[in-house]
Formats: sequence, structure tokens, C-alpha cells
Amino acid sequence: MLKIDNLHAQVDDKEILKGINLEVKAGEVHAIMGPNGSGKSTLAAVIAGKEEFEVTKGTVSLDGEDLEEISPEERAHKGIFMSFQYPVEIPGVSVTNFMKTAINANRKARGQEDMPANEMLKLIRDKAELLEIDRKFLSRSLNEGFSGGEKKRNEIFQMAMLEPKLAILDETDSGLDIDALRIVANGVNKLKGKDNAVVVITHYQRLLDYIVPDFVHVIHNGKIVKSGGKELAHELEEKGYDWLKNEAVV
Amino acid sequence: MDLKDKLISSFMAFEDNIDVEHPVHDVRLAAIKNFEDKGFPSKKEEAWKYTSLNSLQKVDFSIFPKEDNAIEYKDVKKYFVHEIDTYKIVFIDGVYSSHLSETTHDGVDICLMSSALTKPMYKQIIDVYFNKVASKMESLTTLNTAFSREGAYIYIPKNKMPKKPVEIVHFATGNEASLMLQPRNLIIVEENAEVQIIERHQNLTSNDVLTNSVTEIFAAESTIVDYYKIQNDAGTASLVDNTYIDQKSKSHVSVHTFSFGGKLTRNNLNFYQNGEYMDSTMKGVTILGDKQHVDHHTLVHHLEPNCESHQDYKGIYGDSSTGVFNGKIIVDKIAQKTNAFQKNNNILISDKATINTKPQLEIFADDVKCSHGCTIGQLDEDALFYLQSRGIPKKEARALLMYAFANNVLESVRIPELKARINKLIAKKLGVNLGFDL
Repeated sequence: MLKIDNLHAQVDDKEILKGINLEVKAGEVHAIMGPNGSGKSTLAAVIAGKEEFEVTKGTVSLDGEDLEEISPEERAHKGIFMSFQYPVEIPGVSVTNFMKTAINANRKARGQEDMPANEMLKLIRDKAELLEIDRKFLSRSLNEGFSGGEKKRNEIFQMAMLEPKLAILDETDSGLDIDALRIVANGVNKLKGKDNAVVVITHYQRLLDYIVPDFVHVIHNGKIVKSGGKELAHELEEKGYDWLKNEAVV
Repeated sequence: MDLKDKLISSFMAFEDNIDVEHPVHDVRLAAIKNFEDKGFPSKKEEAWKYTSLNSLQKVDFSIFPKEDNAIEYKDVKKYFVHEIDTYKIVFIDGVYSSHLSETTHDGVDICLMSSALTKPMYKQIIDVYFNKVASKMESLTTLNTAFSREGAYIYIPKNKMPKKPVEIVHFATGNEASLMLQPRNLIIVEENAEVQIIERHQNLTSNDVLTNSVTEIFAAESTIVDYYKIQNDAGTASLVDNTYIDQKSKSHVSVHTFSFGGKLTRNNLNFYQNGEYMDSTMKGVTILGDKQHVDHHTLVHHLEPNCESHQDYKGIYGDSSTGVFNGKIIVDKIAQKTNAFQKNNNILISDKATINTKPQLEIFADDVKCSHGCTIGQLDEDALFYLQSRGIPKKEARALLMYAFANNVLESVRIPELKARINKLIAKKLGVNLGFDL
């Protein structure tokens, strides 16, 4: 589904990704771990199509199609979703109106009619329930004055609404208490299926107790330095990242 | 002959058709004298530094339009807030249209300035209020005073509230190649009374129209006055709006100005707080394109202690449009415990658009809270990416952000149907259909 080949990317002439190779197949869950500043969030942003990151070498492709010239909204239409580490506050637009706009924009791009209002309301209600989101919350301005946990839960709510093919969760666990973590993980696990894939970017192993990965990759200094199964996450939790840094130098 | 000379010579013709024995005529004579001395304001004056009336003065405007300009309601229905029932005071080329209007004398007076200025039953009120808060020095205001004859007259007695909002609408039919209008409104709201007013100027063709309007509002103790100005006129219409508000204790007066259309618009909005524990609100949304120009000049004069004023103006400027915001707050030495807030936030969406924004605070009291903030920026790129990443195309995402930017000004609009209407105008002006009902 997602294929990243020798990806180099830079921002303001500073190279951050220095040759990433990664393949994610339908039905798989991948975890990407690594210390702060290793390039994890940059990788997520490049996949989502953020323009300030310039791809200097290599390719990102989805289902065999090179994404280089594809705008962020078109990537969303093709089924890519990124849960933001720092969701942006948009005063003046309610969560509900935002979701209606997003859902119908995606439907339009796929040649479908607008979703009927009653269907939309039911969908919003069901997904809000799944993520234990209070009704009142939905009429508030998007992310404005939300706690860290509310923002993250709202990201997963959006994901549940949009049902993406490929979900990239950028540090979704940061700022979450254990109950919220369980709710968020439950939301992600409900999405998982044989036709879609999840990439979990995290600094810590604890989210991976709830969203169990098939593969774990460690990024350091813009490269994947080690890949393995879920046991690699436990190893990292015990040993920290230093041993890998040394290994990478060797 | 330039416009000033034409106006001054027209004044004598004007006198032939009015009662020169009425005491109001002395007011007119003093006013034309002032205008004759001062003339049109020029860019040399600080208050007119960014707004030039030069090109307008070269137009050969008709001062006295012909009177036979009928229009059908169905053709102009869309310019009314027709979703709700309203009283209507409608003028066609400056002349009252009884056909399109719905006035009343049922407990309140919602009628014509021409009646108020001529009929003996109104004389006492005219003596007390007419031209009492409007400036006797500012040249365009005095020009209007000199020619004052027609406009809206609204009198709400103690403890009354009209059954429905009042719409004051001015249509220009284009029967004159170029037309100058000078409506004069007088609005008196007695103790503990309430009124909601919607004002609109609409040019129905592409012929030139220049409107120099003066509105005086007297809000007595414990009144609530909501005034909404919809400025979405054709690209050949220019408007100078001079609004003067005299506010007494415990009153709440708000003026919302929605500026989306017109060629040149100048809003001189002046609040005088003559009492305590009152609140003055000035809000505006300005969305411009082409070569449109809007200049908001506000003044709040805090003359007594324990009062508040709130100003919140948002502007979105595209193409080669220009905007001006000049917000003057005067807090007299006696006006302790004043809370005066002023915000002017602007987004430039074109390299050629310009905004000049200037807060002007003159504070002579020492125990006050005054804040002001002006910002000029572009759209937040991170917010744009966030919306795009959810599948919302860039154009819609921009519109949604601009809509959101302007939206909080609408929260204080207390007529829901009007709010919905303004929302739609904003969406239309931004050129997109948003994915939800407005």
C-alpha cells in the first residue's frame, strides 16, 4: 500500500530524512519509534504532503502511485489520514461543521453526492459514542480551548469519521492519561482491517500495549536503523535508544 | 462647476421648496455656512489622509432627483431581510416610497423625517433633539444638515419596544446618470425602551451614486439599541455614513457594520457616553476585492465614570482593495473605572491590498482599563494544511478560515435571520459554498 523508497527530505536547507525505506501492506500495523529529533514527525508530515518539507531524493507512493505532485487534500481523498501531534485550533468553526465539510469534500472528490443530513448526524453520533465524546463537545470550536487529551481524542474521532485507508498517528499518545489512551486505542483498533493500515509514531512503548504492531522500526538521525517485531518495542523500553545510536555508528 | 459650488448654489433652489420660517431652517443656514467655509475634506487633513474624495467631486451629480421612480417589491425583495416581518422605511432616489414602506404610529413612531421636520406635533421633539449630537463643525455632516429634509424618523416612547425590527432602505434607480443623496435619520429611544434597526443602501444600476448620510441616535437611560448597517452596494456606489450616538446611563447600544460592497465607503461612527454604567459596542466585518475602499473611523468619548466600550473590527482584503481603521478613544479625567477595548484584525489575501490601521487613545483618567490591538497578517499556513489534510480543498479551506476569522463578530447579532443572511453574504463574497448550512 505505502512504499517509501530512499526518501530524503529537508526543511530550510536542513536535511532531516536521509534515506528512509519502508513498506506498509494492507492489514498491517507498523510502529515507528525513535528519540526526539530523529525525523519521525517529519516523515509523517511528508507522507501527508506538507509543503514546507522538500523531498530532495527518493519517492513516497501509495498503491503504486507516486505522491510527489499530489496535494494534501488529494492525498486525503486517496485515503491518507494523519493524526496531528499538535492539532491546530480553528476558532469559529464547530467540530460538527468541520466534519460535515470534510466528509462532503471527500465525497465530492470521489464523485459522490453530499451525505444526507440524517445519515451524517447518525455517523457523527456513532463515532462520538465510540470515542466517548460528549455531544456538547461537538458544537465547540475546533480544538479551541481543548485539553491535550481532548485534542487527541478529537483527532481519532476525525479518523473514525473519515475511515482512511492509511492512518498515520503522530505521537497520538502524548498528553493522554491511561483511560484516554485506552479509548483512543480502541478507536484505532476498530478501524483496523484487512484493507487498511496504521502507522503509529511514538516515543514510548505504552501505546503499543493497546495497538499491537506487526512491525517496529526505529528511526535515528533520519534513517531507519533497526526493524523488528513487536518485541523490539519492549527492548527499547528497557534499554532506551542509546544502544541503537551506538549500533548505528558502527 | 465643481461639486461644492454646485451644492452651494443648489441650496437656494432647495430653500424654495421648504418652510424657511421653521426654526430648523436656522440650523440649515448655519450648516451651509460651515460647509461653504470648509468645503470637502481633503487628504491634507489627518482624518482623511487615506481616503480621497477628489474624483467624486468631479462627477456632475444630480442634487434633486425626479420623483416618478417606482419599483416593484418583487424586483427588490432580495435586498430586504424578507425572512422576517419588519417595519420598512424605503426611499427611491431619495424620495419616500409609501408603496414599499410599512410605517407605524401604533404606540411608537416609525415614519418620515419630512413629517417630523414640518408637522407641528413633532416640533417640541425636533427642538430638543434635531442636530443636537451631530457635529456642527465637520464639513460633510454640516452639508447633510443644510440639506436635511428626508430620512427615517423613529421615536420609541418609554418602556416600549416595536413589535418587529425596522429596515431603512435606500434604492437608487439609475434614472439619473449620477445621483447624490443626503438622507437624514433621527432615532430617539426613551427610557427603558428598545429598538432594532437594519440600514441598507442599494444602487440598482451601474450609474454613479454618492450618499452622504447622517444619523442621530439618542439612547436614554436603560435602553437597548441594536443598529445593523449592511454595506453591500454596487461597485459604482459611494457612501459617507456619519452616525452620532448620545448614550445615557445603563444603556446598551451596538452598531454592526458589514462592508462587502461599494466603491468608496467612509464610516464615521461616534459614541458619546453621557452617563454611567453603560456599554457601547462597535463591530465590523469588512471583506473587499477589486479596487474597493472602506474607511472606518470610530470615536468613543467616555465622559463619565464606570462605562465600557467594545470595538472589534475584522477585515479581509483582496485584489487592490484598501482599508482604513482609525479607532479613537477619549477617556475624560472624570471617567474613572472605564473599560475600553479595541481590536482590529486584518488579513491581506493579495500582495496589492492595503490596510492602514491606527488606534488613537487619549486617556486623562488614571484608573482605567484600556486595551487595543491591531494585527495584519496572512492566513495561518498550519491551519490551512490541517484542513487540507482532512480532504478540504485549498480554496474551500481558505474560505473556511476566513469565515471563521470573521465569524466571532457575528455572534453578537441578535436577529438570527439577519445573522444567517450575513453569513451567506460572507460565503458568497469569499466565493465558495461551505459544506454546511450557514
